[in-house]
Amino acid sequence: MLDVDGLTKTYDGHGRSVEAIRDLTFHVGDGEFVCVVGPSGAGKTTLLRCIAGLLDNSGGTVTLDGTPVTGPPAGMAVVFQEYGRSLFPWLTVRRNVEMPLKEKGLGRAERAAKVDAALASVGLRDSAGAHPWQLSGGMQQRVAIARAVAYEPRVLLMDEPFAAVDAQTRAELEDLVRRLWRELGITVLFVTHDIDESVYLGQRVLVLSNRPTVVLEDVPVPLPDNRDQLETRSSTSFTETRNHVYELVQTAKRGGRPAHAG
Amino acid sequence: MTTVSTVTEPTLDRPARTRAPAGGRWREPLLGLLGLAIVVAVVEALPRLGVVNGRFLPPFSTMARALGSELATANFWTALGQTLGGWAAGLALAMIAGLVVGVIVGSVPFLRAVTASTVEFLRPIPSVALIPLVVLMYGSRPQSALVLVVYASFWQVLVQVLYGVADVDPVVRDTARSYRFSRWSIVRTVVWPTALPYVVTGFRLAAAVALILEITAELIIGVPGLGRSIGVAQSSGAVAQTYALVIVVGLIGVAVNASARAVERRVLRWHTSVRRDL
Amino acid sequence: MTDLPRRVLAALGLPIVLVALWWVLSAHSSSFFWPPLSEIVAAFPRTWTADPIMHDVLPSLARLAIGYLIALVAGVALGTAIGSFRTLRALCEPTLEFFRAVPPPVLIPVIALFAGYTGWTAKVITIALGCVWPILLNTVEGVRSLDEVLRDTARSYRFGRTSTLLQVVLRGSSPRIAAGARQALSIGVILMVISELFGANRGLGAAIVQFQRSFAVPQMWTGIILLGLIGVALSGLFRLVEHQTLAWYRGLRQAERGA
Repeated sequence: MLDVDGLTKTYDGHGRSVEAIRDLTFHVGDGEFVCVVGPSGAGKTTLLRCIAGLLDNSGGTVTLDGTPVTGPPAGMAVVFQEYGRSLFPWLTVRRNVEMPLKEKGLGRAERAAKVDAALASVGLRDSAGAHPWQLSGGMQQRVAIARAVAYEPRVLLMDEPFAAVDAQTRAELEDLVRRLWRELGITVLFVTHDIDESVYLGQRVLVLSNRPTVVLEDVPVPLPDNRDQLETRSSTSFTETRNHVYELVQTAKRGGRPAHAG
Repeated sequence: MTTVSTVTEPTLDRPARTRAPAGGRWREPLLGLLGLAIVVAVVEALPRLGVVNGRFLPPFSTMARALGSELATANFWTALGQTLGGWAAGLALAMIAGLVVGVIVGSVPFLRAVTASTVEFLRPIPSVALIPLVVLMYGSRPQSALVLVVYASFWQVLVQVLYGVADVDPVVRDTARSYRFSRWSIVRTVVWPTALPYVVTGFRLAAAVALILEITAELIIGVPGLGRSIGVAQSSGAVAQTYALVIVVGLIGVAVNASARAVERRVLRWHTSVRRDL
Repeated sequence: MTDLPRRVLAALGLPIVLVALWWVLSAHSSSFFWPPLSEIVAAFPRTWTADPIMHDVLPSLARLAIGYLIALVAGVALGTAIGSFRTLRALCEPTLEFFRAVPPPVLIPVIALFAGYTGWTAKVITIALGCVWPILLNTVEGVRSLDEVLRDTARSYRFGRTSTLLQVVLRGSSPRIAAGARQALSIGVILMVISELFGANRGLGAAIVQFQRSFAVPQMWTGIILLGLIGVALSGLFRLVEHQTLAWYRGLRQAERGA
């Protein structure tokens, strides 16, 4: 499905170059839910932007279904952290969700049906006529998710989407994303700096090293598909996985790197 | 505090823009110079190649020579002094009047409510509408220009000062009042620091408008100054000289804009740093 | 809505008082420059009859409209192009700074060199050239400062070129473009008047100067008042359009400030 092979990214500018990503390789299978965590400044966002085709990589390849990613590929949707800035403030919620479908060339009736379904699935049926800035942060992020869902992507990239919402809203949105993933059977790559969140959401957690970034460890999450904020988070396997990931991130912060990589 | 921006949400700090691809920090200024050089080259080439009649647009080198000989005349420097003097005097009067009226009207809610519509009505009245009146009253004496300059730039200052005074946090004002600050010290310690950035913006806008009106008055009414020199040069067929003077006026405009912006940046930096300490 | 009468009173009170004061104070004025307001009011309908409205006022306004629209289209088009490309922007910026800083009225003698200054063309060019800079520079600024997350959103959803330009770039820059257009409008009114003072012809500005030169002071005053009314009407019209098209922007700003 999604293959990242030997990806490197070096920023040049002002006479010096910064090596952000060094040799990242991983694979995400069809229908998987994979989380990416790492210490802040680990180049998580850079990685995501490279995969999304928003940023040219310096070396290596990103392939989606065997096709190399050179620009934003079809069948991929991105939910950004900055919900307030990724929604078009001059459009209503409904038009925001509808806009990408229009660009896809769908007919009016089909668009309306998809927008309604997507808004209903995130619980925003009643806010369709509002403008994004009239909604709370959590609701704005729901709009962004609805927009992604209506687009019917095969891969959904999420860049720390809940970093800016309060804890309660965050738990709701986490469950929303889990539910949509299971209902729609899409592939999700979820970038976060929150260790608990990564374990709670993902089937696998990729822990990134410090800059220049490599994959420190690919941690499988031994939790059932049916997850619950209370039960799952208090289970032993959750705690064990969480502690393991926590230690890895601490290692990464101290500059620890996997044995086989530079 | 409503005036202190609440930048706590990470959504509000913008990540650094993807910056300069290559060439370092000299790239942009050099490109800018290149742009200017291209314009100069085009102005030089058009009349020389006969694309444009040289009687309408002389080559740049001819304009530059005319400018050189202008700079050697006493008349030019007198006119320059008259223009800058008229501009500065009008701007100063407008600043004082705008500040005084703005602070008084802005601080008293009743006055504010009563004058709002009048300000909104008088502001868009084009200052040039007053040209016939000032011509009748003062002819081509500098007072004509002064009235137009003051009228036009006064509104710019006033409106900004009114915004600024309205921006004062009522809690801070009430606190100051409850500690029995005198009226004057409330203005000095509460109103003025809040309004300052607006005042500086008003100054920047007014400085540009004042120059436009000063030159207009000189050109149209014949008030002594560079504008009149342009009119005289044009009507006597001194084409290169006309362009030379237009370039001078443009450069004055650039200088006015740049220095007003520098003042604004300096004051605003001081202002934000002070506010952050609060 | 009980305070509606009070608000109406606040809005109309001072203007009524001022006009009344003018009326009373000038009632027995023997000053040549300040005729009684009653005389000015009486002169108004006699001065601005169908003929001057058809041959002075409307042509002036038409020239303003044409010049302004040319400036709007050219300024937004060029500004979008310059704002979209870093290199082009760096190349043009100092040059634009210079042209912006030239006080627009000095364009008149320069344009007069080329075409003389009697016909419509020269006046329309003057207005367009004077109005274009604030629109152009504000468009550049608006396009440049468009939020990158919005751009990325448009890219990742594979928006086409045209709809990115129209629906994202121009919509997103529209508050800045409107600010430039408002500055341009007042410059346009100034140029509409003074382009007619040069090379006396017909037109609103020319008519007022004609009254001044022939010392028809009450008529001159009616002209000044008419110009003022036109200025107020145009700015009101502008605000109406802005109010309709930028409602989202006001809401957004309020939401940000309330946060």
